[in-house]
Amino acid sequence: MLKRCMAFLLVLLPAVALAGNIHEFRLDNGMRVIVQEDHRAPVVVSQVWYRAGSMDEFNGTTGVAHVLEHMMFKGTEKVPPGQFSRIIAAAGGRENAFTGRDYTAYFQQLEQSRLELALQLEADRMVNLRLGAAEFAKEINVVKEERRWRTEDRPHGLVYEHFMAAAYQAHPYGRPIVGRMSDLEHMTVDDTRDWYERWYAPNNAILVVVGDVRAQDVRVLAEKHFGALPPRTLPPRKPQTEPPQRGERRVTVQAPAKLPYLLMGFHVPVLTGAENEWEPYALSILAGVLDGNASARLNQNLVRRHRTALEVGAGYDAVQRGGTALFMLEGTPSEGVTVSDLEHALLWEIEKIKHDGITEEELRRVKAQVIAADVYQRDSMFFQAMQIGKLEIAGLSWRLLGDYPARLQAVSAGQVQEVARKYFTSQNMTVAVLDPQPLDENRPQLRKEFTHGR
Amino acid sequence: MVARLRFPGSRHAVVWLALLFWALTAQAALPIQHWQTASGVRVYFVENRALPIIDLSVTFPAGSSRDPQGQEGVASLTRHLLTLGAAGMSDAEIAERLADVGAVLGGEFDADRAGLSLRTLSSERESGQALEVYARLLQQPDFPADVLEREKARVIAALREAETQPDSIAARAFAAALYGDHPYGRRQSGEIATVSALRREHLVELHRRHYTAEAAVIALIGDMSRARAEGIAEMLSAGLPRAQQAGAALPPVAYPAAPVRRVIPHPATQSHILLGYPGVKRGDADYFPLYVGNYILGGGGFVSRLTEEVREKRGLVYSVYSYFMPMAELGPFQIGLQTQRAQGGEALDVVRGTLRRFIDEGPTEQELQAAKDNIVGGFPLRFDSNRKILDHLAMIGFYRLPLTYLDDFVRQIDQVTTAQIRAAFQRRIVPDRMVTVIVAGDAE
Repeated sequence: MLKRCMAFLLVLLPAVALAGNIHEFRLDNGMRVIVQEDHRAPVVVSQVWYRAGSMDEFNGTTGVAHVLEHMMFKGTEKVPPGQFSRIIAAAGGRENAFTGRDYTAYFQQLEQSRLELALQLEADRMVNLRLGAAEFAKEINVVKEERRWRTEDRPHGLVYEHFMAAAYQAHPYGRPIVGRMSDLEHMTVDDTRDWYERWYAPNNAILVVVGDVRAQDVRVLAEKHFGALPPRTLPPRKPQTEPPQRGERRVTVQAPAKLPYLLMGFHVPVLTGAENEWEPYALSILAGVLDGNASARLNQNLVRRHRTALEVGAGYDAVQRGGTALFMLEGTPSEGVTVSDLEHALLWEIEKIKHDGITEEELRRVKAQVIAADVYQRDSMFFQAMQIGKLEIAGLSWRLLGDYPARLQAVSAGQVQEVARKYFTSQNMTVAVLDPQPLDENRPQLRKEFTHGR
Repeated sequence: MVARLRFPGSRHAVVWLALLFWALTAQAALPIQHWQTASGVRVYFVENRALPIIDLSVTFPAGSSRDPQGQEGVASLTRHLLTLGAAGMSDAEIAERLADVGAVLGGEFDADRAGLSLRTLSSERESGQALEVYARLLQQPDFPADVLEREKARVIAALREAETQPDSIAARAFAAALYGDHPYGRRQSGEIATVSALRREHLVELHRRHYTAEAAVIALIGDMSRARAEGIAEMLSAGLPRAQQAGAALPPVAYPAAPVRRVIPHPATQSHILLGYPGVKRGDADYFPLYVGNYILGGGGFVSRLTEEVREKRGLVYSVYSYFMPMAELGPFQIGLQTQRAQGGEALDVVRGTLRRFIDEGPTEQELQAAKDNIVGGFPLRFDSNRKILDHLAMIGFYRLPLTYLDDFVRQIDQVTTAQIRAAFQRRIVPDRMVTVIVAGDAE
C-alpha cells in the first residue's frame, strides 16, 4: 500500500472496533458494501476501492492505473471537468484518491448528512467517465511532474524503485506504481480508456463507509445509486508468481546526496486467511521486536548502543493481493561507518535471533503494543476505513480485524525464531545501496526523457 | 501509494490551524474546561469517554526562536533529549517502561513552541506507569553528556544531508531571505558549527529558563473525570522549574525593503520554487479575511486559483499551494511549487500573475461563498478525533486565545466580505517586495 511500509502500526494491522459494529452486504450487480458505524463525531468517510492497481498493468503502460486515477476527476456527462472537487468542497468536504500496487481508491470526508452526495458522484464516474484527449494531454504532464518529484529527484525513492525491480523479476510488484518515465511519455488517452473499461465496474469495487451513519441507511443509498449499474465480465487474472530466488542480488544507485543508504529485503509469505497459518503473524511480531517501538532492538543496539547507524528500520506488511511480500530492513550508517559495516550489523541482529531467539520480555512488550494500537487506531475513522478496504482488496475479510490481536497474542518466541531461520538467508536476500554523489550543480541529470519535453 | 495530490504538510497553517468552526449554533463547539494548577500552569481539558484513551501534551515557549545567538539548535536538542534520560533512567529504560504499557510519546517543535505529548490507555496500571515516566521527563531531564554527543552527531549528519536536497535547500534559503537576522530566519535544528559547539550546560540553561510552570500549557483529552484531570495536571506541574523572570518577547519582524531573489544551482530535474512575504500574527485582526482569501488563492486544494491556473489549465506542476502560518510574530505567507526545470520561468510567471490579479481584484462573490461553504460546512471534520482536539487545545492555550475561539471563528469567517479580503491582501502582501527562491533553475 504505502510505497514504504516501515510503519509499525500498519505492519501490525491492529484490529478495528468490535466486529458487531461492522455490516456487510452485496448488491445484485456484485458490488460489495461494508459499513462501520462510529458515532463519536458527526462525520463520515466514504471510500470506493477498485481491485485494480499497478500489479494489474502490462509492460509498456506501467503507471496507467495511477494516470486513470487522475483522469477520474476530469468529468462525466453530468459533471464537467474539475467540478467533482468543487461540489465536494462546497459541501464542506475533503476528497482525494490514491493508487497502490493492489488497488485504486477514491475517498470523501464529509459532515454525516452529506454522504449521499459522495455516493451519487462516485456512482456517476464509475460508468460515465469522459476521457478526452485535451484533458489527458495536460494531466499526463502533471503525472510526470509527480514522478520527478516523487522518484527522479529523491535518492531514497530511486533506491526503492531499483530495489523492487531487483527483488521481483517475474512478479508485477517489481514495477513502480507511478510508472516508468518512458511509459508515461508514450501513454495515450486510449490506454486509460482500456484500463477504465477493463476494471471499473461495480463487481470489481468495494464501498467502505465509516462514520456517524446507520448501516441500513447506507444500504438504501448504495442500492439507489450503485444498484442499477451494470456489471462487467472481468478479465482473468494471472498470478505471475515470483520463482524462488536463487542467490543474493545487489544493486547500487548513484544520486546526488551526502549520506549513503541501505535497503535490504527477504521474500516472505503473506496472510491468506487460512485457518492455521501462523508465519505471517510471527513475522509481524519479529518486525515489532526489531523496530516496533522506541525500545526495539535495531534502534537500541545500532543507533543508541553501538552508534553504527543514524537511522534504522524494519518493516513487513502481511496484507498483499499479490500473494507475496518482502520483509525489509533499512538504515543510514553513522559517519565513519561504511554501508557494508551497517549491512553486517543488521544481519548480525538477525543472526542473534536465529541463534538465540527473542526473550519473553520482548514478546510481552510487542504484544502490549498490539493491544494498545488496537484501541488507539479507533481514534481515526479514516484509518479504520483504510484497514477494511485494504484487507478486502487483498481477498481477506474485514472479519480478520477482530481475530488479529488474538492471532498475534498466540505467537510464541519459538515461532519467531523459526521464521527468522527459514527466510533470512543470503540466497533469499536483495540489497540496494545508495552511493551518494557530489552535487554537480550546473549539470542537470539529463536523460532521454527530459531532452524532448513537450 | 501514489496519490493525486500531496498536501503541503500537516505543519502548515492552513491544514490544521484552519480548525474550528462550529456552525452558527448557540452551543459551544467543544466543552473546554480551563483552570490553573497550584504552580500557575494553565490547563485545558475536554472529557471524552468514548474510547479508553488519554491524550495529553505540555507545551512551552521553547521553540527555535529561543536559541541564544551562537547556540542555534539548542532548543531543538533540548526538546529531543527530554525523552533520552531523566531522573536517572537511561533512554533505553524510558523506552522500555513506556513500551511495556503500550504508551507512545510524541510532540511538536517549531519556532515558537516545544511540546511533549503522551498517548496512553486510560486503564489504571497503564496510565499510571506512563504518567509517572512522562512526569519525570518533564521535571527531571538529565541531558546525559554522552547521549548529547551521539544526538549531535545525528543532527549534524542530517544537516549535511539536507544541504544536498533541493527542498531543504529551498526552505532554508527562503527563511533566511524572508527573516534575515530575526529568530524566525534560523534553521530549527541549527547550523553545523553551532550544534557542534553545544555543551550540556547550554541545554540545562535553556530548560531552566523556558520550561517553566509560568509558561507551560497542559492540554488533556479523553477518558477521565475532571477530578482525575486535575490530579494529573497537579502531578505534572508540581516539579516544573519556576520562572526567574518573565520570558522576553520576540523582536518584531521587519518587512523587506526591497525584493529578494535567490537562485541556487542544483542538478535536480525539477526547479523548487518558493515565494513569500511576512504574513500574520496570532490574534491579528486581518487573519480571518486572509485565511478565507488564501483558501481561494491557494489553500483550497483542487479548487484554488493557483491549482486551477498552474496545474489544471497548464499541467505545469503536481503541487502548487499557498498558506499563511500565524505565529507569535509575523509568520510566513508562502507559495510553493516544483516543476520541470525548463519550464520554471513559465510557471513562476503564471503564479505571479495569479497572485497579482488576486491582490488587485480580490475574489468574486461566488468564490467567497464557495470558500465559506467549505470552511463552515466542513467544521465537524476539524475535531473528529481526540488527536485533533488535543492540538486545538494546545494551540488555544499556547497563544492565549479565548475559550470561545472555535465558536467565534465560525462567526468571523461568516462575516468576511470580498472587499475585506481584497483590502487585507493589499495591506499585507506587497508583490514587488516578495522573496523568491529558486533551486535548480534553468530559466533565469
